[in-house]
Amino acid sequence: MPTVIVNNKPVEIGPTEKLNCIQVAQRAGDEIPSYCWHHDLSVVASCRMCLVEVGEKKPDGTIVMQPKLSPGCQTPVKDGMVVVSNSEKVLAAQKATLEYLLLNHPLDCPVCDQAGECGLQDYSYKYGRGYSRLQEPKNIKPDKDYIGDQITLFTDRCIMCTRCVRFTREISGTSELQVVSRGTHEEIDIFPGDPCNNKLAGNVVDLCPVGALCSKDFLYQQRVWWLKSKNSVCPGCSTGCSITVDQNEDVLYRLKPRENPQAQGSFMCDEGRFGWKYVHSDQRLTHPEQRSGGQTISKDWDAVLPALRSALKDAVLKNPSKLAVVISPWATVEEAYLLAKFAKQISPNTRLALGQVRVDGEDDLYPKDIHGKPALPTKFTIRAEKCPNRRGVEAVLKQIEGKVVPFSTILDQVGRGEIESLFILGGDPEGAVAAADVGKLDKLKLLVVQDLLVSPVTAKAQFVLAGSAWAEKEGTFVNHAGLAQAIYRGLRGPEGSRPDGRILMELLGRSGLFHASTLRQEIAGAIPELAALIVGDLGEDGVLLSAAGKAELQPVG
Amino acid sequence: MSTFEPTLLARVGKPESQSLETYRRDGGYEGFKKALGMAPVDVVNLVKDSGLRGRGGAGFPTGLKWTFLPKDHPGPIYLAINADESEPATFNNRILMEEDPHQVLEGIAISCHAIKSNKAYLYLRYEYGRSYRVLQKAIDECYAAGLFGKNIHGSGFDLDVVLHRGAAAYICGEETGLIESLEGKRAWPRIKPPFPAIEGLFRKPTIVNNIETMACVKQILDRGVDWFKSMGVPPDPKNPRDPGSYGPKLYCISGHVNKPGCVELPMGITSRQLIDEYGGGVWKGRKAKAVVPGGISMGFLSADELDLPLDFNGPGKAGCLGLGTAAITVIDDQTSMVDVLFNCARFFAHESCGQCTPCREGTAWIHKILARIRMGEGQPRDLDLLSEVAGSMGIIPGTTICGLSDGAAWPIKNAIKKFRPEFEEYIKTGRKTVKSVDALMEVH
Repeated sequence: MPTVIVNNKPVEIGPTEKLNCIQVAQRAGDEIPSYCWHHDLSVVASCRMCLVEVGEKKPDGTIVMQPKLSPGCQTPVKDGMVVVSNSEKVLAAQKATLEYLLLNHPLDCPVCDQAGECGLQDYSYKYGRGYSRLQEPKNIKPDKDYIGDQITLFTDRCIMCTRCVRFTREISGTSELQVVSRGTHEEIDIFPGDPCNNKLAGNVVDLCPVGALCSKDFLYQQRVWWLKSKNSVCPGCSTGCSITVDQNEDVLYRLKPRENPQAQGSFMCDEGRFGWKYVHSDQRLTHPEQRSGGQTISKDWDAVLPALRSALKDAVLKNPSKLAVVISPWATVEEAYLLAKFAKQISPNTRLALGQVRVDGEDDLYPKDIHGKPALPTKFTIRAEKCPNRRGVEAVLKQIEGKVVPFSTILDQVGRGEIESLFILGGDPEGAVAAADVGKLDKLKLLVVQDLLVSPVTAKAQFVLAGSAWAEKEGTFVNHAGLAQAIYRGLRGPEGSRPDGRILMELLGRSGLFHASTLRQEIAGAIPELAALIVGDLGEDGVLLSAAGKAELQPVG
Repeated sequence: MSTFEPTLLARVGKPESQSLETYRRDGGYEGFKKALGMAPVDVVNLVKDSGLRGRGGAGFPTGLKWTFLPKDHPGPIYLAINADESEPATFNNRILMEEDPHQVLEGIAISCHAIKSNKAYLYLRYEYGRSYRVLQKAIDECYAAGLFGKNIHGSGFDLDVVLHRGAAAYICGEETGLIESLEGKRAWPRIKPPFPAIEGLFRKPTIVNNIETMACVKQILDRGVDWFKSMGVPPDPKNPRDPGSYGPKLYCISGHVNKPGCVELPMGITSRQLIDEYGGGVWKGRKAKAVVPGGISMGFLSADELDLPLDFNGPGKAGCLGLGTAAITVIDDQTSMVDVLFNCARFFAHESCGQCTPCREGTAWIHKILARIRMGEGQPRDLDLLSEVAGSMGIIPGTTICGLSDGAAWPIKNAIKKFRPEFEEYIKTGRKTVKSVDALMEVH
């Protein structure tokens, strides 16, 4: 194995691996500070924060170092290479670079959104000088809130790493951002009238290592050290971007992409990033409700759930084949499993179906070329299928129902009077049933809706169960590629609502708490397609369903 | 020296020196014809044997640079001519382009044949309007006369020459900055390697040469290697890496002299000779306090270093960065070095491309510190700070991508080292030469 010596520590690299000094140092457990380098963007080696000494270990054991400093990001490592990132010379260069970067940087950390997660703060603390020798006035540059609908630029905080410029050129392909002027007067800007509003624009805020590019949505909302983060998965489309949910006191403030090479890579789209506002909508269901003839009978969980169970049993007693249960592709695997079990417990004849799968146009591929057409290689995809877990729910249905019945079939059967009672598990903020189809439900004798927002469907229902948004529960989503990822409970839902899994556990009559890891193991045993969930804990990157071995996968239906 | 016959400037000043007709009458394009009869590799070897070193400033051996091109490359290979003559006080290329454009174009044609390139881009600095018009006219003449275009002289060799006018930036004289600019991008120098000879313009192998180098190539074809090597300075026997400094060189003389101008002389003349014999002496009967040996980015020679030969090695012996463009600027003894240095710093702060942090911020900081000193608010410790900042930027310490920063730092380091007492005196007396700092910080 090729070996690189980093600060006297030998590090083995793969024979075909292409790593730079920063990456190999990471492997050795050492940090080489950097600003402009990002593994998904081209190398410009311009910030000069990652300067290291490099050399070569000769076959006779002697080490010959190069006299000059080299940028670690731009220097590929090879067998026998020596990288030193902690010598006096390197430390002096780091100190000098930080002093330069801070010369014209306003020390407005107390009012800067980035404070607490700022590359300049962190590195200044670790590698900086601690005081400035600048006696002259700093450069002042105008703030640019016109830079995008979702982003704003505090120009004088910018350290010109050009990550944002390269992102719009290389990942979104839309090239809105650019450098204007020269030398110390240069600034990030847009062409007049062409703001950075592409669907991936929000990523430049994450890429910005300082507080220059800020999200207008998050601006001045929270100090980041008050935020608590939980790993989750964006439910906006079937790409299933790994994200973190950042909240404080049960108020969600922002979603950030979390790097996951198995899912989406390093980024997320703005649809997902800013698409969570319904979580705090005033239209959230905040209590369960049992209605009869337009009158509310109860709003108490302890009364509504037993009443629901007996109502369903009554319906089945009258006609065992006229009950259907619809599971939304917004439900987690665990919820789908519990609800399917419950449905079959009420009656083995209960029909199971997949809820409405919203599809919006075609998959949106990035980067774009200058004509706005997708260019190869594709680096990011916003999928047309606007739900997080169709594959997971389908796997459950295939096993338990033997087939995947689409929601349109159920609507037809309702219209023909073949179904008289319907239980809909929702989760889609756009509503479990398309507006045009709501009228088709009028023929039902019993409608049960478990959802999170008030909608025309919940208005019709005899039973409404106040469920939870994805950020308020734990479970599993399976993305378009069969990657099963865990979501965690980032915050509590509005008082009176309950996590869907808990509601279903209670309906099913199961004792104990809803615990996703344990349930996953049960599901893995019961559903061969989901055998990979046997690990229980899916880790940060998730588990590919195909990883369980193709032999175990049985074709169903 | 009086017996020296100029060759590069031989036609300058003659009537109609720009026209193809007079150029041909003087034997023009015979060298090109001769080169077309030779195998390209023989032309490369000829230039290599001549010891010609690039006239742009760094002095890299031209023939050796040509051999760095990949062997048997399917093409295209490009020749980019650096006519972004933006080093302050340098105007030798301008004289060649304005007065004898065909000499330059012939050199380009010969070089293209040698490196098997069918396309040359002549990158001309924006400010040279007259050069642009003269060159374009000369190029048109060449196309009309069948000297450029398809199948020249029935040799099967095609050549297109494109005259490209830059948009006025010092950094476009850096070879990869020039290439980026030619591609229509912001002139931010590229990371090397890969060097342009491997991957340059439009990601194809590219040779970047200076205008004066092209003229020298033409003269070498005409007059031969022995003529070229008959003048100049042979290699320093103590320095095995020194290839020597041969051939004629255009020296520009400016600053505080009676007779500024451009003269052609064999390599290795001294600054004192240039001032006294060709520049008409220091003006107003004063003495030279310092001389910039070759563009301000090379640093300063002090009054007692004026007898160093101005070959590629000479100025380096006095702590200068190198010969540079061989454009001397004379500074008389009545001039404050603080003012001179401030002017240098202002230039580099304005021209730093802004890509690498140390140069972008360092050049501007140096400018600010010197402005403050000129405001009478300097402190003794500022001199060490200036030296430290200057010492931390450039490709020599390895902190930047290109050499602009070294050039920006060198005059600072040089001046403070060689004229430190003057700076200290200036700071101590609190001399205030300017009233408002705003006036000083006006860069644009």
